[in-house]
Amino acid sequence: MTDVRLRSTGLAAPATPVPAQALWTVLATRQARTKFLEGFGFYTFVAAFVLFCLAPFVWTLLTSLKGPTTIFDVPIRYLPTPLDLVNYRDIFALERFRWALVNSAIVASSATAVSLVIGSLCAYAIARLNFPFKNFLLAVVLGIAMFPGIAIIGPLFREFNSWGLTNNYLALILPNVTFTLPICIWVLTAFFSDLPGELEDSARVDGCTRLQAFYKITVPLAAPGVFTAAILLFIQAWNEFLFARTFMSLPNRLTATVAIAQFEGADISAQYPWGQITAASIVITLPLVVLVLLFQRRIISGLTAGAVKG
Amino acid sequence: MAAPAIVTIVVVAVIPLAQTIQDSLFKISLKFEDAPRPFVGLDNYGSVLSDQSWFNALQVTGLVAGASVAAELVLGMIIALLIHRSFRGRGIVRASVLVPWALTTVVSAKMWAWIYDGRYGVVNDLLMKLGAIDQPIIFLVKPEVTIWAMIAAEIWKTTPFMALLLLAGLQLIPHELYEATALDGASRWQTFWRVTLPLLKPTILVALLFRTIDAVRMFDLPRVLTNGGPGKSTETVVLYTYNTFFTSLNFGYGSTLAVMIFLIVVFVSFIYIKVLGAPTQGARR
Repeated sequence: MTDVRLRSTGLAAPATPVPAQALWTVLATRQARTKFLEGFGFYTFVAAFVLFCLAPFVWTLLTSLKGPTTIFDVPIRYLPTPLDLVNYRDIFALERFRWALVNSAIVASSATAVSLVIGSLCAYAIARLNFPFKNFLLAVVLGIAMFPGIAIIGPLFREFNSWGLTNNYLALILPNVTFTLPICIWVLTAFFSDLPGELEDSARVDGCTRLQAFYKITVPLAAPGVFTAAILLFIQAWNEFLFARTFMSLPNRLTATVAIAQFEGADISAQYPWGQITAASIVITLPLVVLVLLFQRRIISGLTAGAVKG
Repeated sequence: MAAPAIVTIVVVAVIPLAQTIQDSLFKISLKFEDAPRPFVGLDNYGSVLSDQSWFNALQVTGLVAGASVAAELVLGMIIALLIHRSFRGRGIVRASVLVPWALTTVVSAKMWAWIYDGRYGVVNDLLMKLGAIDQPIIFLVKPEVTIWAMIAAEIWKTTPFMALLLLAGLQLIPHELYEATALDGASRWQTFWRVTLPLLKPTILVALLFRTIDAVRMFDLPRVLTNGGPGKSTETVVLYTYNTFFTSLNFGYGSTLAVMIFLIVVFVSFIYIKVLGAPTQGARR
């Protein structure tokens, strides 16, 4: 420890002046060098990291903008010259694909809405009220979030079949809620707990019921939190694949994830339609990328709420 | 007020789970409408013990989960430590970190299939340009190559999430602590091992828990990228169970495998929460 202290404060030990002084000179240049290199090195690293995150997506975007011949050029042509939007025209000409987008939008927004209504009430109760088994409830909620979907898929499949719910939006909305609801409760409990309780108390003194206080005071105040939760839930439901693949079979009922996984293109005998697949990939992920770019701060705060406060 | 949520959870999760457990004790084949569905007790569980495919899937899942989570932790930690400061362009970094996380896994699987393509794939082209290889690698045909290609795709998709969680954890460590350690003359290395890491332990454990469970549940990526192939070399437990349900239409045995996966998830959570002493989430208020 002593040695370390001497080095960093630059105090030479009196007993051994020569080696200590030599050490100091070396360190001084090293410090200067480090400072210079750090700025440069840091931004190089940041650039590499951003590239690492974006490269596969950018490559997909570039591919989707190529015409049918340039895609399969060997050696690879990196830039899409000439620019060709034929892939986008082709996929939007497919009725199945247009339906897939509509289906995903319906399922994801319904699951989000249902989870928000049910989840906000539950989160509020957990954050504000004292009731027996509260921590147990929170633990169960977390447990459900970790739940393997495969553990409930068999019974759901058989039940939905016998109720005639297969290919019905409900058959997807309900299982999706299983996994969006816990996230919702989790994020909102964290947000509600951070809101001052005094405001509601005074509203109740003024004659509001607890439910009124919740909807008139807490919900508006927690709007940013609710909004954050909505984004997270929507992304989760939009990306869902396991249930969507199982409970929907009619071509016009598939969600976007299933449609792209099963994408065969218009002409099955032709080469694997990478142009159309990449174009469809871009279209499907565009809503998500826009959400991410607009609301990155909120998404990060929601993602890490509860997870790190321990 | 919590009642609607509790009812929903019971109806869509608890009851189906109970039903799965019940089904796991029967022989149920949906191949024939009127096939008998006899009660077989724990026979299905006995079959699991001698099921080669199950142990193969278990091995695949273990390797993928272990390798990807370990790599994510190391990479995520390096990234988090380096971007834990204010600098110009932070917003760009944050937004780009979120892209792999938000991206649909199915889409990411398709993207990687295209990137890995043996003839037109960009990875091969870059590696050949760099002179690292002479011949294009056929990534998705050889088992020992395919599984690592899949792991790499998984690492790409999930490292950002890990980095974000760790970064959030880092931001909770009081700055004064670092000033004090600096005054005491600790090196960066010492500071990391003696201050940062111990204080970050709860965050690390929570992040590891989330990621390990996610890796155990992996389905979308192997289903779309390789469909478990070549052979069964990338068939994860969930994919194997899924195929038992919906390809073999064996709902009794499928349920048994599903229960096994559920138990694995419970076991992994238990290890993280109890044995390693991670604080329960629910205890924070």
